[in-house]
Amino acid sequence: MLAASLAEFVTPTIDYHALAPEIILALGICAVLLVDLFVTERQRWITGMLTGLVLLGSFVPIVTLAVLTDGARSLFDGRYVIDDFSLALKALFVLAGYVVVLLSTNEMEEGHYYQGEYYLLMLTSVLGMVMMASSRDLVSVFVALEFLSIPAYMMAAWRKRDALSNEAGVKYYLLGVFASAVLLYGMSLLFGIAGSTKLVDIGAAIDVSAGGSGVGLQVLAIVFVIAGFAFKVSAVPFHTWAPDTYQGAPTPVTAFLSVASKAAGFIGIVSMVYLAFPGAVDVYQPFMWALAALTMTVGNLLALKQTNIVRMLAYSSVSQGGFILMPLAVAGTGDSAGPALKAVVVYLLLYAATNLGAFAVVIAVSRTTQSGEISSFGGLFSYAPGLTVLMTLFLASLAGIPPLSGWYAKFGAFTAVVDAGGPWGYSIAVIGAVNAVVASAYYITVMREMWMKPAPEGRSTLVRVPAPVTAALVLCCAATVILGVLPGLVARFGDLADLTGAFGG
Amino acid sequence: MIQEQQWLLSLGTFLPMAGVLVMLFIPKKNELLAKEVALVTAVATVVVGIYTLVQFDYSAAEKLQFFTTNDWITPIKATYTIGLDGISLPLYFLSMVITLLVMIYSWDHVPEPGNAKAFFILMLVLQTGMAGTFIAQDLILFFVFFEVVLLPMYFMIGVWGGENRQYASLKFFLYTMFGSALMLVAFIALFIKTGSESFSLPYLIENGAEVARTAQMWIFAGMFIGFAVKVPMFPFHTWLPDAHTQAPTQGSVILAAILLKLGTYGFVRIAIPTLPEAAPEWAPVIAVLAAIGIIYGALGCLAQTDMKRLIAFSSVAHMGFVMLGISTLTPLGINAALFGMVAHGLITGMLFFVAGSVKERYHTLEIARLRGMLVELPKLGWILGFCVMASLGLPGLAGFWGEFPAILSAWNPAEGLSLGLFRTVTVIAALGTVLAAAYLLWLYQRTAFGTPNRELAGHDGHGSHHGDGHGDDMHDVNRFEWAAWIPLLVAIVVFGVYPQLMFKVMDPAVTAIFGK
Repeated sequence: MLAASLAEFVTPTIDYHALAPEIILALGICAVLLVDLFVTERQRWITGMLTGLVLLGSFVPIVTLAVLTDGARSLFDGRYVIDDFSLALKALFVLAGYVVVLLSTNEMEEGHYYQGEYYLLMLTSVLGMVMMASSRDLVSVFVALEFLSIPAYMMAAWRKRDALSNEAGVKYYLLGVFASAVLLYGMSLLFGIAGSTKLVDIGAAIDVSAGGSGVGLQVLAIVFVIAGFAFKVSAVPFHTWAPDTYQGAPTPVTAFLSVASKAAGFIGIVSMVYLAFPGAVDVYQPFMWALAALTMTVGNLLALKQTNIVRMLAYSSVSQGGFILMPLAVAGTGDSAGPALKAVVVYLLLYAATNLGAFAVVIAVSRTTQSGEISSFGGLFSYAPGLTVLMTLFLASLAGIPPLSGWYAKFGAFTAVVDAGGPWGYSIAVIGAVNAVVASAYYITVMREMWMKPAPEGRSTLVRVPAPVTAALVLCCAATVILGVLPGLVARFGDLADLTGAFGG
Repeated sequence: MIQEQQWLLSLGTFLPMAGVLVMLFIPKKNELLAKEVALVTAVATVVVGIYTLVQFDYSAAEKLQFFTTNDWITPIKATYTIGLDGISLPLYFLSMVITLLVMIYSWDHVPEPGNAKAFFILMLVLQTGMAGTFIAQDLILFFVFFEVVLLPMYFMIGVWGGENRQYASLKFFLYTMFGSALMLVAFIALFIKTGSESFSLPYLIENGAEVARTAQMWIFAGMFIGFAVKVPMFPFHTWLPDAHTQAPTQGSVILAAILLKLGTYGFVRIAIPTLPEAAPEWAPVIAVLAAIGIIYGALGCLAQTDMKRLIAFSSVAHMGFVMLGISTLTPLGINAALFGMVAHGLITGMLFFVAGSVKERYHTLEIARLRGMLVELPKLGWILGFCVMASLGLPGLAGFWGEFPAILSAWNPAEGLSLGLFRTVTVIAALGTVLAAAYLLWLYQRTAFGTPNRELAGHDGHGSHHGDGHGDDMHDVNRFEWAAWIPLLVAIVVFGVYPQLMFKVMDPAVTAIFGK
């Protein structure tokens, strides 16, 4: 059989425009690698700048594709698809990557870390995410996942003289590899069931309602695959790596992991659920329901107790993940597949800007306080009112208070589940509503610290906030406020986000 | 709907934000300039408000005027729909005036720990949120404006408040957050049950009646809790005494005068018109809770030892009368409720102003230690007396026209409501007015009469070392206070003597909605 298919091999026609973002990133990786060889120690900042330019450069074809493409571009026999869904997420990854570069510049320079390698790994990871957004085949999904994860393992351990950072890297690596193994096992079962690695073919083969002896195998495969991705998105009970990794990793890396890497995991789940498992609604819906309910509740309860700001944000991001999973719990009910998908995509886009902003403030403030404790934010308002207001905006947005972008993200998620209705829909909506209120309690703790507690003795000024961090703050703040007042701007992407192949297209 | 001068309401609502933008670029040290910009913005806003009053077509007060509708968030069918009718006009204008008066009062009364720039910015943001809530004719727009006021008020209480401010502000925040989460879910459910067509209020009022009865009941329950927390109705009121007591004077005034009205306004504007079948089912519940609130608030007042906390509890009682009027579902009751909202805003706002000034002079609000105000500070004492009389519902002052018709309307509630229950409630509410007279007069007697407490006298007593170098806080009403208070005092008299002034604006709109 193998020989036969080899004989039939025809070189696929390659749509270079469609692959332009990936190609630019790949060339950029080579460029950063080469440039790093030839610059002196004091010129290392060039690598960072180059990385930023590469990311912005790859944003250009994403825009042209979005403007010029009507419908979708399908490559390699439908295994790699460029549609509105993937373009919106590619834009997210590239821009989030750019913001993380801005956040990293000073941290890397002042900490005397290996800069060239760091940016190289980051670009590689972004390339993996960009590929993930288009992958519609088990093999490319898995390759993209490893491509984005392996550099991240190393980045988490980048502060190599710090035991915590080492622990962060090792923990992330071990659990990540374990998750990959679980995922791969599930995928092998899927391949066994369908005889194809193409997601749409798997979708055609899986039908748990048919009964028969194969059902057990199908359920096992689905559970393994979802559990594998659940590690990536740090859904409870697969979240245990997240707080330690987030706290130990350099803060810009944490921002990167909690936004971009997490979003990539969600895309994996979404492609599997929509393309490969539409015949298994009864299996994945209860599973998603339980994951969502557990994730938001446990994440929240643990976040309430944290005294370290990064750890608190880590648990908050776990709990936000629960809200992103929430619409998937009803994705197969009636005709709520579309609204649920929109809710997930819009949530990812809005959450990214806000969460990056919160981390940017943490980075800016910790330059002065040299501490990650929430109490180190005490009295921030008295000596850094600007940062205080920004942090307040970001936290309020995370809490879902309008008119900041987070409210619309939550709104979309709630609308999707209430619209689907039924006991599953309503019950998860109630759990979500209670959690939204609980979550506001720990965001407000930080606000209280900043606005109402006295500043530490003798502190009256802030260490200068570096220009790149300021730029990142401005970008995130603009996105948070503008998209909060006019959420229609991103909701449009969600509106077009017909995941090609999922709705019979 | 009258679609003329469509820009007017947006201008009036967002003008304060323009002031905020300018103020952001004023250095923190230049407090005077910051205050000036804020004040100019507030004056300009009131001018726009007066222009709105002039342009309002009173012969068509039942129609939404200056109406405009634009696309806003197309994917969820939320629109930027705004308009003003006789129900919202008084509250819209009141919010503008109160903000201006509070700013005038704040001119030399920026509470500890200072930072006039931030304080004035928060007031302007609050103003936008409050005015926006009253013009919104789309549920999502309403929700957004409703929430805009949350954080500024949280910070106002938490940063500039009293000793226990952190606890009070957190409680305020969590209660309101909880209420609005349920309210939003109810809004979404209403949207979906009416066919997922539009969040626009005129559309929902037209189509809400078709929603199945049980669904209406549940949706009303969600809105009920959301609005009841804000009002606040018994048993959701416990955040209020803490918030009021700990808030700075300015925060208390804005809270009492406007923020509480967002809840009652929500009932009149949204919950009852959109859910015509659920409203009569819930009306007895509202009436009973209102009666409990009236009595409970009054008894709470009698037990208080702190003047500000007493006024806060009196708010619970007064808002009980407002809710009683609403629960009758009759035009008379709703008119009374709307009048009561404005009257309570004027009177209780004034009482909180006076309490703030008392605190500034005596450095305490403990009723047991205050006495002889009429001797020591006659003008302040008389103003307090005037407000107390207005608050207990003395005929001829504004408070009367909120309370009396509310009680009257409860005797004859809308058709289909249990007559026996409502008449019982009427009697209880009437008893409440007696209790109101008791606690208010007792308060006045204890604080204003008698001989001044030497211990508190400004010249050589406790007060002096709190002073700012002048050594004497014991001065009577100053010019900033006069400027802030006279408009309120005049309004209390004018609306008391000639209530028709407001009734004739509100009545056509009320009759159009509830007279069917």
